[in-house]
Amino acid sequence: MTKPKIAISWNSSCGGCDESIVDIEDKILDIAAKVEFVLWPCAMDFKYDHVRALPDGDITVSLINGGIQNSHQEEIARLIRKKSKTVVAFGACAWLGGVPSLINLKNKEELFKSSYLESISVENPRKTLPAIKSKVDNCTLTLPEIYDTLYKLDDIIGVDYYLPGCPPTADLITDLFLKLIEGGLPEKGAVLAPARSLCISCPRNETKPDNFEIDEIKRIHEIIADPEKCFLVQNLLCMGPSTRDGCGCSCIKGNMPCTGCFGPADKSDQGAKMIGTLGSILKGSTESEADRVIDGIADPAGTFYRYSTAASMLGRKRKEDR
Amino acid sequence: MGKTITIDPITRLEGHGKIDIFLNDDGNVERAFLSVPELRGFEKFAEGRPAEEMPQITSRICGVCPGAHHMASTKALDSLYGADPPPAARAIREIYYNLHFFEDHVLHFYILAGPDFIVGPDAPKESRNILGVVDKLGVETGKKVIDIRKKARALISEIAGKTIHPVLGLPGGVAKTLTEETRKDLKKFSLEAIEFAQFTLKAFNDIVLNNRKYLDLIESDIYYHESYYMGMVDEKNLVNFYDGDISVINPSGEEIERFRPSDYLDIIAEHVESWSYIKYPYLRKIGWKGFIEGPDSGIYRVAPLARLNVAKGMATPLANEEYGSMYNRLGGKPVHNTLAIHWARLIEILNSAERISALSENPHITSPEIRNMNFNTPSEGIGIVEAPRGTLIHHYKTDQKGIITGCNLIVASLGNSAAMCISIEKAAKKLINSGKVNEGVLNMVEMAFRAYDPCLGCATHSMPGKMPLKIYIRDRKGKEITTLSQNLTESGYT
Repeated sequence: MTKPKIAISWNSSCGGCDESIVDIEDKILDIAAKVEFVLWPCAMDFKYDHVRALPDGDITVSLINGGIQNSHQEEIARLIRKKSKTVVAFGACAWLGGVPSLINLKNKEELFKSSYLESISVENPRKTLPAIKSKVDNCTLTLPEIYDTLYKLDDIIGVDYYLPGCPPTADLITDLFLKLIEGGLPEKGAVLAPARSLCISCPRNETKPDNFEIDEIKRIHEIIADPEKCFLVQNLLCMGPSTRDGCGCSCIKGNMPCTGCFGPADKSDQGAKMIGTLGSILKGSTESEADRVIDGIADPAGTFYRYSTAASMLGRKRKEDR
Repeated sequence: MGKTITIDPITRLEGHGKIDIFLNDDGNVERAFLSVPELRGFEKFAEGRPAEEMPQITSRICGVCPGAHHMASTKALDSLYGADPPPAARAIREIYYNLHFFEDHVLHFYILAGPDFIVGPDAPKESRNILGVVDKLGVETGKKVIDIRKKARALISEIAGKTIHPVLGLPGGVAKTLTEETRKDLKKFSLEAIEFAQFTLKAFNDIVLNNRKYLDLIESDIYYHESYYMGMVDEKNLVNFYDGDISVINPSGEEIERFRPSDYLDIIAEHVESWSYIKYPYLRKIGWKGFIEGPDSGIYRVAPLARLNVAKGMATPLANEEYGSMYNRLGGKPVHNTLAIHWARLIEILNSAERISALSENPHITSPEIRNMNFNTPSEGIGIVEAPRGTLIHHYKTDQKGIITGCNLIVASLGNSAAMCISIEKAAKKLINSGKVNEGVLNMVEMAFRAYDPCLGCATHSMPGKMPLKIYIRDRKGKEITTLSQNLTESGYT
């Protein structure tokens, strides 16, 4: 039997997804013996030309992390799609845009201006900006075009599966590899983690009463969080109720609330769902009282859509607001 | 102009990069460029975020060194709120940070850079990776590497919640106390880690230093360039990753600057080129003179060799002995051989293992007093740590509520961004003659950047301006439905 061919690629991402693959530790040697890698820039020396030379559909599965933020990423994502039978959007950024998609709340012009012209440490008297094409000593150099919007992967190419997490856990990755090798992947389109709220597996769930109300929202540095008690009961915003299970509650075990990296538990909008949850527990019989409680949420967009701005109902900042 | 050779993507690093090598009509290298085709904009979208979320948001700049951003950010919050962490919190942060250093450096040596030496610089590309390393050193060694990293990362997770993207840091403290049981585990781990570090140094000695071909490579002018160096030192002028002054030495080894985090803008400035999204930091007083080496150029280098070059020695005994051996062998300080960064990195592995051992005996470390909540009204904060890849600076400005209004990051790999361009161009010019080039030679060009262990994801995080947070919710046709601003009530969700 020929070994399944695997490609691992990255876009607008941080390398944490790649590192998480290395973190499957003892199992990586067994798995590596059963597959053939054809691309993994972080760890292996195959170049894009190697992938270009493969027949279409030759790669069994490609694991692609990161959203698409420039023309080079788009080109490589399309190339890999063409060469692959199956594509997995690997991690929160590929699935929903991830933290980098918060850039959709700004515009590209603002980004360039602030980065290269107005930054307090930049000295740029000639007002040089990176350009798609430039000439230095007769050498022509090119750069990809940075997009105004960061796209989630399935806005650009077809995606067969979604693996949640920032990054996905070693257990989920191992499970994915085993299913790739031995079979047993679910129906296409599936999100490869339990379709239920994180609260269900949270060790603090027992301390959450069926009915409770909170009269204010505190910020995490303002109180000393009880290490056993439900964060919401402690007036801290925890994204657990609207977040998918499967992370092992690692942040909560670190005594910090969930920030939502596993995305929505179902097809709903993660932020809207959390706002709904808050609506049912925030105390406020009058409008002004409700306003006061809600004002405690210092950063609604960055809280409710920390990992999913590119997939959210927020869309992006209006371009005419440049 | 003759042929152009493009290496795309450059590999075994974090982030995106490509090398363009331009040959003249004789087939010799005219110019070579390392460019970074990415820009993400963390500094820009930090605006509007609550400062206390920054340790978790900025860790997403890099999933390989999330601990470094997390810690620089946490220290910037200490400075922002004027709250020094209590002794237990400081010790917990530092032990966490040394665990991070340990596992990150081990990853680089065995998985990213090791293949060039252990498998061979011009070995076939199919085997020039961790699997090739395991083949060469034996499965037992492979398992040893996996095992020690697994233990380090389990301890990181115990202390900081998540290994990749930790949740430890808060202004003036940490989120979680350290139990007596964990303290004992740390002590036990540190002894194994010290042994592992010594094993790795011995392997480096046997495989690299005792091989004339490799030693020649380290000492050759292909991988040599003179520059300034920057790194953090403690009060005794010894290497420290977590806290201290920043020292800068000139190419002859004399200290020319010593500064506190708050003064970084007097020392460092950044230059912009049209052909890369990355920026190029340099020493402000010397100025930007182009991609040239030597004392007239403000280009400086950071990361392991830079840290060792600026310091008087290591703060732990075994690492300090190794420090002495390295400089003896390479002919005194400062060392300008780029490939010696690998050696310095291994000495730092030993240093971090010894620091974990010492900190695990710190009497404060299991104290429940982990928070200082005596906060000033926030306005501005600067935090600096040594990241595995060099000096890392986080600078935040906020309103009175602690909401970010400006953010400036000078990221570790950026410190080496200009130096890497010089290194790869120099290597390309020395290695490619009369158009003779093959895949092995190109990998040897890549080795010139790989020694720096660059994190190009970090380097393209990218900055400040001012804009109130306002989000328009539109329907599919782009028609505005409603506006979401700082005040949720406008959204109509309730």
